[in-house]
Amino acid sequence: MKFLPLVWANLFHKKTRLILTMLSLIAAFMLFGLLQAVSVLFSSGADFVGANRLITQAKVSFTQPLPLSLLQRIESVPGVARVAWSQFFGGIYIDERNFFAQFAVDPERLLDAYPEWILPAEQREAFTRTRTGAIVGRKLAEQYGFKVGDKVPLKSFIFTRKDGGSTWEWDVVGIFDGKDDDWAGRSNLMYLNFGQFDEARQFGQGSAGVYIVRVDNPDDSERIARDIDKQFENSPDETKTQTEKDWNLSFVRQIGDIGLIVTGILGAVFFTILLVIGNTMSQAVRERIPEFAVLKTLGFSDGQVTGLVLAEALLLCFVGAALGMVLAIGAAKGVSGALNGAPVSVQPIVWAQAFVTMLLLAFAVGIFPALRARRLQIVDALAGR
Amino acid sequence: MTTLVSIRGVAKRYTRGKQTVDVLQALDLDIASGDFLALMGPSGSGKTTLLNLIGGLDKPSAGEIVVDGKRIDQLSSGQLAKWRARHVGFVFQFYNLLPVLSAEANVELPLLLTSLSKAQRKKNVAAALAVVGLADRATHKPSELSGGQQQRVAIARALVADPTLLVCDEPTGDLDRKTADEILTLLQQLNRNHGKTIVMVTHDAKAAEYATHRLDMDKGALVTSGDSH
Repeated sequence: MKFLPLVWANLFHKKTRLILTMLSLIAAFMLFGLLQAVSVLFSSGADFVGANRLITQAKVSFTQPLPLSLLQRIESVPGVARVAWSQFFGGIYIDERNFFAQFAVDPERLLDAYPEWILPAEQREAFTRTRTGAIVGRKLAEQYGFKVGDKVPLKSFIFTRKDGGSTWEWDVVGIFDGKDDDWAGRSNLMYLNFGQFDEARQFGQGSAGVYIVRVDNPDDSERIARDIDKQFENSPDETKTQTEKDWNLSFVRQIGDIGLIVTGILGAVFFTILLVIGNTMSQAVRERIPEFAVLKTLGFSDGQVTGLVLAEALLLCFVGAALGMVLAIGAAKGVSGALNGAPVSVQPIVWAQAFVTMLLLAFAVGIFPALRARRLQIVDALAGR
Repeated sequence: MTTLVSIRGVAKRYTRGKQTVDVLQALDLDIASGDFLALMGPSGSGKTTLLNLIGGLDKPSAGEIVVDGKRIDQLSSGQLAKWRARHVGFVFQFYNLLPVLSAEANVELPLLLTSLSKAQRKKNVAAALAVVGLADRATHKPSELSGGQQQRVAIARALVADPTLLVCDEPTGDLDRKTADEILTLLQQLNRNHGKTIVMVTHDAKAAEYATHRLDMDKGALVTSGDSH
């Protein structure tokens, strides 16, 4: 510790260079913290989703519909508490920029399967009996100013009406909340009454995209999933049943392997940073060769001089990483807000990853300058050779 | 007086590319404890090389160097570093202070290699700065000090660990006459009042007059010797 003031002071040799180097480190680690937070969200994004729900989809693809006739057979599987179905609607509200998720559902079944959604009793009843009814999540309602009594036209890019039109008009009959902050953050979607949808669509009557299976005991989920799929083996409608968490993950991965994308971006960023900081450290040590010679003259050993340079690299990277990660927390909050409250936050695992990355970076940028300082000959260095 | 430095048959040869240069040849020299020796001679005469060998910054190609009873020419690089920290104080022509550190932090550097507590180090630093008359400049950076003041800080740094020997390479080479005289007077006081053995390389005949002995070198050998005054 007694060498710390010396190491700290040496950082300030060239203040402008220090500031620029520090800024590049801060930017790199802020990006690291933010992207890793997003990556963690995607890889563990279903943490807040109840583990007592399964999703059954067509084995081939979730875009392949399943007939509603499967319902009774799924319900008959021991341990199944409630089954709902859902069809992605794919509607655009007025302008293509106004896209949000809508699902056509059986109201009672949906709300039984998702007790996390809180809806006043009279609105629940209205949703059930209004065939053109829709309920809107609180976040979505606040974003677009939807309120009960509004008529919302949605132009579906998947389903056309029997009359040839693709614009469907829905009556907002309820606004639902999440049971806690997590669910409130996800209330940026709309549910539509399956009644009007199924009657009026041009194709696909009597089918739904997926079944949502609520189980009595989460410990039985694996067995129930197996039993459901077994029922439809070798039939025209083979199914694939998985936990809601796995299903969400596979859905998100349609975009691409988020982890790989994040790793690729961060790899490029840190390779650049490695070159930038490595060059800076080399230059800083090269300029101070006479100073290291003086330290050796005073009795500092080769090992101590090596340690001083490595400690300098470590301190530089530590300060830059710490500031960058602190900024990442703020940036994550901003992203979370932009994503309608998706829980993007810098988790402890990301801090741990940043710490290890910082150590590796410090070693990589410090080792060669440190070895150069170690090898210098005092007499030659003092003579400027 | 007892002999502090004993040099026997010392030679130093440098190889630069394909050229080999004999800088010192079969040199014998004794320096008494408490002496203030001025080494003089033209450029290339080998005086700085000799000083580096005495201070343990370099090793001879042949011969033996004994300082305070220790064969330093046989020490490894690591052992020499420890030996220098305990036994030798260095003063350079261009002060060689670390620009990012204050005067007191510069002076403290040799003490970082000791087991002294922070409080003890602070006390020793203050004492060393007081000896060179810079107690009131302790927190100043080198860029905030004059050349003479910087050299005083360098002398305080050389003294702070209470070394057996002070080696000074052109300590007044970058100073005006008046300031140079002040620095030389300070070195003379350290020699006379504190019993420090000093070996000083200089081109300046006036500077050599402050020493108790003077040796002239030419082409890697000692040519004359005598008392300065």
